[in-house]
Amino acid sequence: MTLHAHTNQPAASGAASSAQFVADNDVDDLYENAPCGYVSATPDGEITRVNATFAAMLGYHPRALVGMAFTELLTVGGRIHYETHFAPMLLLQGQLDGITVDLVAADGIRHPAFITANVRTDGDGQPTLLRIITQHARDRRAYERELLDSRNRAELERARAQELATTLQRSLIPPSLSPPPGLEAAAYYHAASVDEVSGDFYDLFPLTRDKWGFFLGDVCGKGADAAALTSLVRYTLRAAAVYDDDPVAVLHNLNTVLNHEYHGDDPRFCTVIFGVLTLGRGEGGVDVALASGGHPPAMLLSGDGPVRYLNTDGGQLVGVLAEPRFVCTRFHMAAGDTLALYTDGWTEARAGVERYDDHGALLEFAAEHSPTTAHALIAATRTLLDGFGADLQDDTAVLALGVPSHPDDAGETSVRRGGRGLDGQLD
Amino acid sequence: MDVYAKNNVRVVGNADGPALLLAHGFGCDQNLWRLVVERLSPDFRIVLFDHVGAGRSDPSAWDAERYASLNGYASDVLDIVRELDLHDVVFVGHSVAAMIGVLAVAAQPDRFAKLILLTPSPRYLDDDGYRGGFTRADIDEMLDSLESNYLGWSQAMAPVIMGMPDRPELGDELTDSFCRTDPAKALVFARTTFLSDNRSDLARVSVPTLVIECAHDTLAPREVGNYVRLHIAGSTIVTLDATGHCPHLSAPEATAEAIAAFST
Repeated sequence: MTLHAHTNQPAASGAASSAQFVADNDVDDLYENAPCGYVSATPDGEITRVNATFAAMLGYHPRALVGMAFTELLTVGGRIHYETHFAPMLLLQGQLDGITVDLVAADGIRHPAFITANVRTDGDGQPTLLRIITQHARDRRAYERELLDSRNRAELERARAQELATTLQRSLIPPSLSPPPGLEAAAYYHAASVDEVSGDFYDLFPLTRDKWGFFLGDVCGKGADAAALTSLVRYTLRAAAVYDDDPVAVLHNLNTVLNHEYHGDDPRFCTVIFGVLTLGRGEGGVDVALASGGHPPAMLLSGDGPVRYLNTDGGQLVGVLAEPRFVCTRFHMAAGDTLALYTDGWTEARAGVERYDDHGALLEFAAEHSPTTAHALIAATRTLLDGFGADLQDDTAVLALGVPSHPDDAGETSVRRGGRGLDGQLD
Repeated sequence: MDVYAKNNVRVVGNADGPALLLAHGFGCDQNLWRLVVERLSPDFRIVLFDHVGAGRSDPSAWDAERYASLNGYASDVLDIVRELDLHDVVFVGHSVAAMIGVLAVAAQPDRFAKLILLTPSPRYLDDDGYRGGFTRADIDEMLDSLESNYLGWSQAMAPVIMGMPDRPELGDELTDSFCRTDPAKALVFARTTFLSDNRSDLARVSVPTLVIECAHDTLAPREVGNYVRLHIAGSTIVTLDATGHCPHLSAPEATAEAIAAFST
């Protein structure tokens, strides 16, 4: 190797040539004793020259390394990696940057190192020499190992957290709906995040032989706090309804419990529709009484086509005020009628700058599918909401209750769940 | 799914020539065939592709379970053959893709005229009476090496690998990254590659077969090449005076000649 320290010096004076001599010496010294290893090798990887630093690091005499394959200095595993990745990259791209390997010394000790290399080519572009630099990387590798371990631990933790959230989520909605004879029930549930428990909930449960309670709502917040609140809301609603099944009384009961449980500057509240179904004794159809506490109005899709919102305007949030107002509505569902309850994840799904229901799309959607059945409505809803993809940013729950046109369809049930972590039909 | 997008299929060369289907091995992608393609394209119609999980294959096609078996990759090969309506095609597989070819040919021999196995190994691990060249510890070490070298991947390489059409400046980096793959996928492919045992599949090959090996290849040593030749009836072997596992890069001329001579 010929090394020139400088080429722009004027013709030598005595002092300059002495400086030149020192400079040349410095360059030779820099090559041999640089704080990194230098290796030259043929394109096949046969070592042709190494510097003193490299030989010393591995405990070889420099001449003993000449003629060896560079890959012989790698671990077996590293050699496979080199042959399958690094050699092709070097030959195709002419360089390698910051590759991590273990170099094996004469005594078998492994030295973590970074390798940087490039290729000298002849006039035709054919590779003629590999120039390789190796740098000690023990500390860096230890640090990187810690990073890797931390990442792996973090991934494990995340998986655990997701599993917890999913399990908790499952405990907050019924695994399947069991409607009484003469009623059909279906639900759709989409959790926006696998990491956090959503605040949407619903249920359908017997009160007496002829009376069934149902509710659907949305608690404020997300995560563990929301899960605890949802749990409290669910059990309060179910217990309160057993005591007094008037929907407004049930919501007042829930309001009192939330007021007692959460106060000061940390109010906890929810919006919810609570209703009671009274099965028609032999006459078919069901009588419904439902009350809303600040929740978007339910829809009634009648068996002969028309669709309407069930007016519960004026109902206030549950859990905020000491004496809130709740609005009750009573109606009869005949054969073929379907009742739909939903949370605002649906109506507020983003479509560009607008929300899904900014211009009445929800009622149009319902009208398009009416008359329908609880199952068909949920299937159509699922198709629609799945089509939203990432636009469905919030948790969404939809509950449909229907009186079958044909008595044979009665008592059917299904829960369709969307969203990551809660896939699959659970009924 | 469209196989062109799924496997980043490219067809080059002489449209009237006999068809060659070139399959890359574990490590990089179809770019590895570049020097050989230059030499073969005047005479052959050449089909190139990236295995799912490698190169510019469709990231959404990835399925860790499907690609934990070489049969998953072989099914993709058959999909490509069917989709492009290839008949009498010569399959050329490098390294692990040689065994992927063995599986594909065994499953549907009527589509393939010939099989060329470039530096093949039916089993990398040593076994009773068989020397693949590696122990389980060696393979674990290699997986570890893969992991160490992918440390910076997720941050720096993810946008490039995932393809970001709105950031064309990243395209240049891609040329520097063809050997870099999503580490999770690379680890699956590595395990599939180095822990598979396809020795018993060799006897299922019923088309004329050529083994091309290198004189000095630590991954597929000559006794392994010889094992493959002995276990595929009627196969022949060519030993290139080359070093390393990638003769299509280190000895492209001789590799292309051997492929052309056997394929015509």
